[in-house]
Amino acid sequence: MTPILQIRDLQVSYYTDLGRATALNKVNLDLNSGEKLGLVGESGSGKSTMALAMMRMIKPPGRIEGGSVTVGGVDLMQLSDEEMRMSRLSRIAYIPQGAMNSLNPVMRIGAQMIDAVRAHVPDMSKEEMTERCMQSLESVDLKRNVFSMYAHELSGGMKQRVCIAIGILLKPQVIIADEPTSALDVVTQRQVMETIDRVQKEIGTAVILIGHDMGLMAQFVDKVAVMYAGRLTEVSTVRDMFTNPMHPYAQALIKSLPNLSNKGVFQGIPGLAPSLLRIPSGCAFHPRCEKAMDICKTDVPAVERYDGDRLVACHLYAERA
Amino acid sequence: MKLRLILRRVAFLIMVVWAASTITFFIPRMSDRNPIRERFAELARTGGFSASDLEVIVASYNKKFGLDKPLWEQYVDYIGSVARLDLGVSLNRFPKTVMEIIYESLPWTIVLLFVSAILSFVIGNLLGAVAAWPKSPAWMRSVATPFIMFMGVPPVLLAIFLLFFLAFRLKLFPLGQAYSTGIAPDWSLSFVMNVAWHQVLPAVSMILGSVGGWVLSMRGMGVTIQGEDYVNFAEHKGLSGRTIFRDYYLRNALLPQVTGFALALGSLITSGAVVESLYALPGLGQKLSQAIQANDFLVIYGIVLFITMSVATLMVLVEFLYPLLDPRIKQD
Repeated sequence: MTPILQIRDLQVSYYTDLGRATALNKVNLDLNSGEKLGLVGESGSGKSTMALAMMRMIKPPGRIEGGSVTVGGVDLMQLSDEEMRMSRLSRIAYIPQGAMNSLNPVMRIGAQMIDAVRAHVPDMSKEEMTERCMQSLESVDLKRNVFSMYAHELSGGMKQRVCIAIGILLKPQVIIADEPTSALDVVTQRQVMETIDRVQKEIGTAVILIGHDMGLMAQFVDKVAVMYAGRLTEVSTVRDMFTNPMHPYAQALIKSLPNLSNKGVFQGIPGLAPSLLRIPSGCAFHPRCEKAMDICKTDVPAVERYDGDRLVACHLYAERA
Repeated sequence: MKLRLILRRVAFLIMVVWAASTITFFIPRMSDRNPIRERFAELARTGGFSASDLEVIVASYNKKFGLDKPLWEQYVDYIGSVARLDLGVSLNRFPKTVMEIIYESLPWTIVLLFVSAILSFVIGNLLGAVAAWPKSPAWMRSVATPFIMFMGVPPVLLAIFLLFFLAFRLKLFPLGQAYSTGIAPDWSLSFVMNVAWHQVLPAVSMILGSVGGWVLSMRGMGVTIQGEDYVNFAEHKGLSGRTIFRDYYLRNALLPQVTGFALALGSLITSGAVVESLYALPGLGQKLSQAIQANDFLVIYGIVLFITMSVATLMVLVEFLYPLLDPRIKQD
C-alpha cells in the first residue's frame, strides 16, 4: 500500500537576527490511510513547525527550504499558491488548539463553517452546504442548534469539537491536530480524543496528533514519532515505544513519565534542549546522552529501519541495521 | 429588563445634560460683560439716544430677561426653561430665538461634520487595516504615512493653507461661503452641486486632520487581530484572502473603532467650529464663536446644550447598536 502521506527531506529554517535557526532538518515520514500518528517532543523541537510546513503555512521569517510533502500522490510543495489554498481543508486539514480563540467571535458558527465549504465547492447550493455543516456538527456530538450560535456561547470542549467539525467538512485525506486537548480538563480531553478517534474511523483519514501528553496519546494513536531539535529520532508503534524505546532520548522521555510502580520518583532528562541556532554537531542529543560515543559527536546518525517497522536514528544500533 | 436599561440610560442622559448646563451657565457669567448694554452702547454711539437713556433701556431689558435677579434665581429659572426645552432668545440679536439660530445653522454643520466624520472614518480605517495587513502591496501600505504626518498639523493651519493655495492662488475652489452669492437656496441640482463645491475644502481640511488618527489606531488594532488564532485558522480553512480580510480581520478590528467614532464626533464639533469660521460657513460652530465674542450667553447655553445632547444621544445610540456588531455584548 502506498502511504497516503509521504514527507521527504522536509527542511524549514527561521531567519532570525541571530542567524539561521534550523527548525526542521530533513524530516522523512510515511503515514497510511486510517493510521494515527502521535508527534511528541519538547517545546521548540519542531512539532508545530512540521504541521505548519505540511500546510505550507510557514510565515516569514520562516522558510521551507526544501523537500516534499505528498498527499494522495500530489506534492503540495509543487502546487501554486492558489492550488495550495484549495488543498487546505480538502486534501489536508489542520485542527488548531481550538478551546480558546480559534473561532471568529463575531460570526455565527454556521457562517464560519459555510464559508469554509464555499471556498472549496462554490457551486454547492446553500441548503446542501447547511446540511453538510449540520451533519458535521452531529458527527462530533454537537447539537444542530450550535450552527446558529456564537463562539462565546460554547464551552471549551464544544469549541474544540466545532474545530474538529470544520476539519472534517471536506473529508480530507490527512488531518493534523495540533494539541487539540490542551486547555481542556481531563474529562473533556478524553471526550475530544474519542471524537477524533470516531470521525477518523468514519472517514478513514490519516491523523497526525501533536502533543505533550504521552499518556493520552498512548490510548489513541497507532504510532508515536519523537522529535528532537528538528529531527525525528524514533518512530515506533505505541507498544514498542512504551515498552522498549530504542533511541536514548525516547528512553529518557518514557522514563520521565510517572507510573504506578515507581511512585514519586521521576527521572528527568539532564541538560536543556539545544537552541535551534546552534544545534550540536553529529547527533543533536549527544551532549545529554548517557550512551554517547565518539561517532555521535561527529556524524549525524541516519534513520534506519529495525524490526520491520521501527525507525530509529541512533549510532548505537548501527551494526544491527 | 430592556426597559430598565433604557430608563437607566435616559436618566444618565438627563444627568449629563444637567451637569453640562450647570457648567455652561456659570462660565460666561464670570465676566461682567452685559450683551444688552454692549448692543445698545453700539447703537448709542451711532447716534439715537443719550447715555442716560441707555441706562434706562438696559435696565428695562435686564428686567425683561430676568438679568436683574440674583444669579442663583436666574440659575433656577434657566434650569427650569431647559427642562421645558425653551432655550430663550438671543440677547444680541433679539427677538431671534436661540432655537431659530440653531435651526438655521444646523444643516450646514450636519453636512460638514457628518460627511467629514464618515469619510475620515472610512478612509482612515481602510488605510490602517491595509497598512497592517502583511499581504497588502508595499505601495498601499505607504499611502497611510502622509496622513499620519497631517495628524500633527492643526486643522486651522491646514484650512488656511488649503484656502490660500487651492482657493486663492489656484482658484480651483471657492473662497469660503456656503454657496455662491447671488443664487437663491432651493433643492435644484445646480444649487446642491454649488453647495457641495463649497464644502470640498472645509471637508478636506477636516478629513486630512482626522484620518491620521484612525490610521494609527486601526493599524495598531490590525496588528493585534492578524495574530489572533481565528485569523490563522481561517487561512488553514483555505479561505480566500479577501474573505479573511473582510470577515475575520476587518470586522473584528473595527469593533473598538466604532466606539471611537462616537467619541470623535464630540471633538470634531470643536475643530468644525474653527473650520466653519475660517470658511465663513453659517454653521453651529460659527454661531457659537460669534456668541462667545458677544458674550451672548443665552445663545452659548443653547448651542452648547444642543451639542451636549446630540453627542450624549449618539453615545447612547451607539451603545444600543453595539450588540448588533459584537454579539458578545448582550444587554440584559
